[in-house]
This record gives sequence, C-alpha cells and structure tokens, in this order.
Amino acid sequence: MAPCYSAESKMRPASGAAGEMNRPSPPARDKIRQKMSDLATTAGVSASVPKISKISEVVIRFAGNSQDGIQAIGGFLARLAGRSEQEVMTFMTIPSTISGGPSIFQVRIGSGDVLSAGDEADVLMAFYQHSYESHVKAVRKGGMVIYDSDHVQPNPEWEKDYRHIPVPISSRTIEAIGGSGKDKGKNIFALGLVAKIFDLNVPKLERLISERFGGKDQSVVKNAMMAFHAGLGYSPGNLLETFQFVESKRHGATQVVMNGNEALAYGLIAAGVRFGAAYPITPWSDVMELLRRELPKYGGTFVQCEDEIASISMAIGASWAGRVAVTGSSGPGISLKQEALGWAVMAEIPLIVIDVQRGGPSTGMPTNVEQSDLNIACHGGHGDAPRVVLAPTGVEDCFYTAIEAVNIARKYNLPVVILSDQAIATRIEAFEEPDLQKVCQDITPSLDTVPDHTPYDLDTVTGVTPHLAPGTRILDGKYPVATGLEHDEMGHPTGSPRLHTEMTAKRRRKLQNLAAELPVPQVYGPPEGNILLVGWGSTQGPIREAVDRSRAAGDSVSSVHIRQINPLPPGLENIFSGFNHVYVVEMNDEGLYGYGQLGGLLRARFCDPKICGLNKTDGLTWRVREILQRVKETVAAELRKL
Amino acid sequence: MNSVLNPVEVMSEQTVQSPPPADLKPAAAAPAPPSMPERKPLTKKDLAADHPTWCPGCGDFSVLAIYLKLIEKRQLTHEKITTVAGIGCSSRFPYFVQANGIHYIHGRTMPLASGISLTRPDLHVFAFGGDGDAYSIGGNHLTHTARKNIKMTYVVMDNWVYGLTKKQTSPTSPVGFKSKTDIWGAVDQPINPMKQLVSAGASFVARATHTNPNHLLQMMEAALDHDGFSVIECLSECVEFYEGAFDPSNPRKGGQFNLVPADHDVTDEVAAYKLADAPFPGYFGIFYKENRPTKNKLEADIVAAARQKVAGKKDWEILQDTFNRMK
Repeated sequence: MAPCYSAESKMRPASGAAGEMNRPSPPARDKIRQKMSDLATTAGVSASVPKISKISEVVIRFAGNSQDGIQAIGGFLARLAGRSEQEVMTFMTIPSTISGGPSIFQVRIGSGDVLSAGDEADVLMAFYQHSYESHVKAVRKGGMVIYDSDHVQPNPEWEKDYRHIPVPISSRTIEAIGGSGKDKGKNIFALGLVAKIFDLNVPKLERLISERFGGKDQSVVKNAMMAFHAGLGYSPGNLLETFQFVESKRHGATQVVMNGNEALAYGLIAAGVRFGAAYPITPWSDVMELLRRELPKYGGTFVQCEDEIASISMAIGASWAGRVAVTGSSGPGISLKQEALGWAVMAEIPLIVIDVQRGGPSTGMPTNVEQSDLNIACHGGHGDAPRVVLAPTGVEDCFYTAIEAVNIARKYNLPVVILSDQAIATRIEAFEEPDLQKVCQDITPSLDTVPDHTPYDLDTVTGVTPHLAPGTRILDGKYPVATGLEHDEMGHPTGSPRLHTEMTAKRRRKLQNLAAELPVPQVYGPPEGNILLVGWGSTQGPIREAVDRSRAAGDSVSSVHIRQINPLPPGLENIFSGFNHVYVVEMNDEGLYGYGQLGGLLRARFCDPKICGLNKTDGLTWRVREILQRVKETVAAELRKL
Repeated sequence: MNSVLNPVEVMSEQTVQSPPPADLKPAAAAPAPPSMPERKPLTKKDLAADHPTWCPGCGDFSVLAIYLKLIEKRQLTHEKITTVAGIGCSSRFPYFVQANGIHYIHGRTMPLASGISLTRPDLHVFAFGGDGDAYSIGGNHLTHTARKNIKMTYVVMDNWVYGLTKKQTSPTSPVGFKSKTDIWGAVDQPINPMKQLVSAGASFVARATHTNPNHLLQMMEAALDHDGFSVIECLSECVEFYEGAFDPSNPRKGGQFNLVPADHDVTDEVAAYKLADAPFPGYFGIFYKENRPTKNKLEADIVAAARQKVAGKKDWEILQDTFNRMK
C-alpha cells in the first residue's frame, strides 16, 4: 500500500477511447503533466491564439471576501453543470463573522463521476492579496492562478510553480458597468472569464444570469450581462491554452442543482410535512428559512420559536395533532431538545428532528464540519429512549432521506433524527430530477370514527401501535392520554414493574423490527479484500474516491457506507468478515479508546477488534489524499505491532 | 356546535388521503366502519376519567369539576377538545378528563399547545398547569405564547408552593414563606402573575379562585369565547403544604372576595396594572381583554395568499415549478 498520488493531474485530459475518457491511464497523465509543466516555464511569452485542450474535469477555487459574491459564481457554475448533464460538487467556507471576511468557493465540474469537491485546485481565481497568499498552495503544481492585478502583487517564487495570469478584474468591471457601482459585479466578470477559458455554454449562462437577477430591477440584469461579456471578451495576454470538456457520459436525465439543506427541505415537502418549528442556528437556519417561505404554498406553516425547547415542543404538538412535523437545529440546539425527544419516544409520537452537525462541543465551530453528534443522536437524553437515526450521504440523498424519515416516523410512531452536516448543507450538487408526481405523498390524517383505541397495545408482535389523531371520534368513549410517565396500554400512569419492563421492550422492539426491514448495505468495490473503509454521512464521496485511487494503484480496498445509524442495517458482520482490516473513517475524535463515535457503536455491536478508527477533528472535510495517507499509516502501525 | 369550535377543514384543502404504509395496519382484520350512533347529550359521567390522585381537600378538585361542568354546559364533544398539561400536581389534569390529552414535560405546555392550536383550528386547546410550570420553568414560553396571541385557554392553578415535590419555594411564594428550600423563610420577591401576563401581551387575563366555583365557571366561559390567548390565574389551595394560604380571599374563612370593580375598563392596560397591584386578596374577574388578531389568523392569511398564487395546482406540481427553476 504505497501508491504515490501526489503528482496526479486532476485536470484530466481525455484520451481517444470513450471508455478511457474519464480514467486516463497513468502514462497519459504523465504526458499531460509534462506538457503542462512546459507551459508553466513558458508563461509570460505571449501567444496569439491559445490552443484548445480537451479535459474531462476541472477544480476551480474562487477566493475573495464573502461580500464579493463568491458563492454566486460557484452557484452559476454548478447550475450550468447541472444543465449540461455534467457532474458537479462544490465546497465552500463561510466566515463566522457577521459580514465580510475571507471566503472561498471551490467547484469541481466533470464529465464523469464527481465524488468529492477535489483535493487540489487546477485553477485559483484570487481577488485579493490575502486570497492569493492563503490559497495558492491549494493549487497543484503547474496549475493556473488567475489574479486581480488591481489588488494582487504576485510572488516571483510562486510564479515558477504556477502559471500566473494577471487580469485587472476590478478596473475592467468598473469600466464595463460604469456608474457608481464601483467593482460590484466583478464576480460576474470573473464568471465570464471562466466561461472563456473553459469554453462554457454562453447562452445557458446568460439565461442563468437573467433568471438570477430577473426578479430585480432591469438595470441589474443589464449590468450583470455587461460584466459577464466584458469577462468573456477579455483576452489575457499570456493565456496560452483554453479548455473544452469532453462530452458527458450522462445522457437524457434532467438534473436539478441544489445544496443539501435545500434538498432536505424539499424532501420534507415531498414527504407531506406541512408544519415545522425551530430556532435559528448555523448551519441549520437555511432549512427553516426555506420551509417558512415555501410551506404556505402547500397550506402549511413554519414557526420561529422563542427557543429550541419550544421548537421541538411545538413540532410535537403538531405531530400529535395528526401530521408528522419537523424541528431541527445544529450543535447546542440538539442538546436542548433532548428531554422533549425522550418524551416523544415514551409517548410514541412521530417526529422529524434534523441535526445539521457542526463542530462541537458547546458553541464549538459553527461554520465548520464535524460528525460528532452521532452519540447524542442515538443516545441523547436520559433513560432508555430508542429512536431512529438516519444519515444522508450527499445532497441527493438528503431529499430521499427526508421522505424515508417521514415514512419511518409514521409507520413506527417514534422520532427520527436526520444527521446531516455542514459540508452537505452548503455543498451544491447536480442530481437526477426526482419524479415528483411519484414521490410526493399526502399524509393528511384520517379522522374516521373508530370503535375503540388502545394507544399502547402490548399485544402487537412488532410493538407498533398506530397513532390516532385528535378529532377522531372513539365510539366507546375512552380517549387516550399521550404521556411521558410510564403507562399502561391506555396511557394511564403506572408504577408497575411488569409494565415498565414490557413497555420498554415494546419501544425497543419497534427498532428491531425496522432493522430487519432495512436493506443490507452495498459494498463499494469487491466484497472481499484487505481493507474495508466504513463511513457515514457526507464522507461517502472522498471515501469512494480513495477506494478508486487505491484500486487503480493495485491495492485491495473497498468501502461500505452506513445510512441507517440506529438501528444499524443487517448484514454488516458478513461484510466485515470479508476483510482483514476495518477502518471507520469519521470526522470526530478518536475517543479515549481509539475509535470514534460510529467506530464505538460498531465495536459495541460486533465485538470485533479489527475495527479501528480513522478520525480527525480539524473541522474540515476529508481530502482523498488524507484518507489514503491515514490508511497507509494505520496499516504500517499495525504491521509494526505484529 | 359552539361558535368557538368552527369546524374548519383540517390543515389543508386536500381531501384525498394516502393510505398509511401497508404494514401499519393491525394484524387483525380491520373492523368494518362502525355505523355512527346518535349522539346523546354529554353528561359529567361521560367526561370523568381516572379518579383524581390529589390529596383530599385540594383546590384542584374544584377546578376539575368546573372544567367538566363547562364541557357539559357547552356540550363540547369529546373529540373536539384537547386537554394538555405539563408537570406538577395540577398537571395530572388530563388523566381525569375523558378527552384526548397530553401529559407533557415540565414547563413546555405552551409551545406544545401552540403546535396543536396552529395546525388544528377545529379543536379547542385547554392547557392546565401550576405556578412552577407556568411562571418558573415555563416562564419564557408563557411570554412568547402571549405575545403571539395563539388561540387557546390556559388555566394556571396557583398554590404558591411546589406540592408534587413536597414543599419547596415556588415563584409565587410570598417573602417569608418557610419551605424545605427556604427554611428561614423565602427571601426572593415573588412574581406578580397578573402584571406579568398583561405586560407580556396576553389578550385575555382573568383571576379566579377555587373557593368560588360559579365565578370560576364564568371566567372559563369567557376565556373559551375569547378569540385569542386567554389565561386564568386561579388560586388553588394546597391543603398539605400551604394550608390557609388563600383564606383572606374566602368569605367562609372570614376573608373577602372582591370582584373587579364594575367600572373597570378591561381594555385599559394601566388600569389592569393598578388592579394587579392591590395587596392580597386583591380582585377577581377579568383584568384585561383585547381584541387583536391571533397568530392562527395571521398565519392562515399568509397561507391563503400563498395558496391563491398556486390555485388549481396539486402539491407535486407546485414543487415541480420550484424544481424547474433549479435546473
């Protein structure tokens, strides 16, 4: 296990054969690398007509300040990729300051599979000196650095390693738009520049720009178009090469482009959720803002509450009233909701709780990512309070996980926690448009009269008893009380040792029955081999890319991604038994005993000493290179022990 | 059907219902839909559920009796009312009423009740609780539910002491009250519930006592008819841990039951404060009442406006329009 990936060129050239298009053989890569480094040395020599090279993907990093509309450029590119049937994945950082501050947006566009936002950038577009200095190292050697020559003084040392292309972005934008807007619109100028260099579809971009600014004053669209065309028409003196994407292998499927928070919110709407309540907190707030804006169209409401406890309580009230409702939060808010969550388990009330994880504990790192809420999601609160925990693996999965969560909550009458994270929340992806007519469901409660109702019936094998919405007439005149006290089958309080034992088992049995219904996770790569990487949540992309790269280098690595955290899906022991090493890759602390939160759960479940943790707590997503490095180190350390 | 219980279509205009997931249905064959028997008038017997677990002589018995009387008098059918409560002696209430109820966690009754009220305009939500639930752990929620004017009726059974946990100081315990947590006598200034409720923006604020059931019934009827957040602060004696606390308000114990003066203007906030400032036993009746749009109404207006723009479209078509803009 010692492949050397560091020199790999990711601005992948396309070779002739279609099947080879996205996975060029190593020699081909070497050739191109050679070519690019030649170009680097000739940078500065002006060329009249830039040559055109075919590429299959590119990683572009925009670095500036948050008020410059960095995110907007990325959004445009992502959307364009979606419309061009290409794959796209983005990565962004937002400053935790209220307004302003350095910000980046990285976008990876490809004609083949795009699994992660990319380790290294092929192109950096730097708006300021600080953006240039902080991010030039994120570019691979031989890559392109486009900088605003009005603000950036290039470093001669770095000019040797990266092709530097000065563009007076600010002054050209001011020139193009004129008026008093100063350099506002330079992001759109930059977009034009990128469109030129990568031969992007100009009519589609124009349409996106007019859609984006169309709602505003007509002059805004006009200015944006002027800035865009100024960028498109600008000819950097030392641009020696422009690029063209090879044709995407995806055909036919219409794609939609959105981030993970949007996908969660729309998934809930599709699932039939019409009420929610929450308190604003980063990075969860987008979900509530969207639902507040959108739900009224569907006859629903979203309420901003005075605090986190009120939020979950209000959602529980609405759920009890007949229709599964949602609350959500991040970090501290999830801690505050625990008592009420336990009540919903006890009273057997369906509920959706979304946790968009951020760095913890306490206030932690609000704008960074971490997977450190798995324990509280599964075990938070006092007492034995089993609840379901699902972890979407990406933006598209957020949409479908929301629907799955609603259906589990309805079927089993219990709270379902959706563990998203900051990385998925802010990441933009293009995915195949869901068949909305098919997936949208109506979950209006039935209020048809029933002869009688036993809310906590112990005779059911599965432990599942249906929830009866208030307003339903019960002919025998016995109406149930939903309660947090231990209770008998009708909901009356009891201190009976037998009933507490049986009711505790009933609540647990529901999850055991759910577990039996879950699909066995699919192994990515061969089902047997040396190393199995286990992941959950937003790390699926980088882990799979790590598997691909390892296998390309001849190593025996596979991966499995766990979507259902509590209960765990069946069949994991069989999967684990096919490998010599099981490494659980997580963004959380390795803990006192050397494995992180999912690692701990799997150790407790399978008592398997080969389960090890690969953990990190820097608040950043896993880079593919980082995973490979850590795997290598861990294997070496284990060998030393032998 | 009573005027306050306008049968409004539940939650949305959709009438088609999706069947629940197939295996949700009980294993036994579902019984044929029962024929709807004629409704007989509700009696107290239909309404009483579990026998209350309160101590003999507890003031809460009389509040419960009046609640049942109110339901009977106004013939609020079982399924159209919900009785919710938090934690405390008085919060056991829902078990003793034959209606859909919730016995929730401590102090969070208000947002829970709000969730029901905002999604089910066809139900009337009654919330019950004690002084700890309302003014201590749930103080924040009381304030915000009041300012949002969410339609429901909240009866706070105030006994000036924590009874369920056996005599600790409550937020309404007077200075000098000796409890297990203030063995030298309470030192903290108590809350003045009436002032607090008025200042928080509650649109109906009344005061009653368990020793005058007829007056309490009047207050509860007025609260039920109020379109908004109605609160009744009801003195309810704890015979076990604070016996005689309210004797000065009980004519049978030599005290005085003073009604709010006939010339009091219930829409005058300052006058309400002045009434609330009177030393114990103070006044009983409606201190403050204001007609102000409920959150229920304001949200319904937002929904109606939004629905108008998408009139004639199915839910999936509305979502499709949104997705079309994300391509």
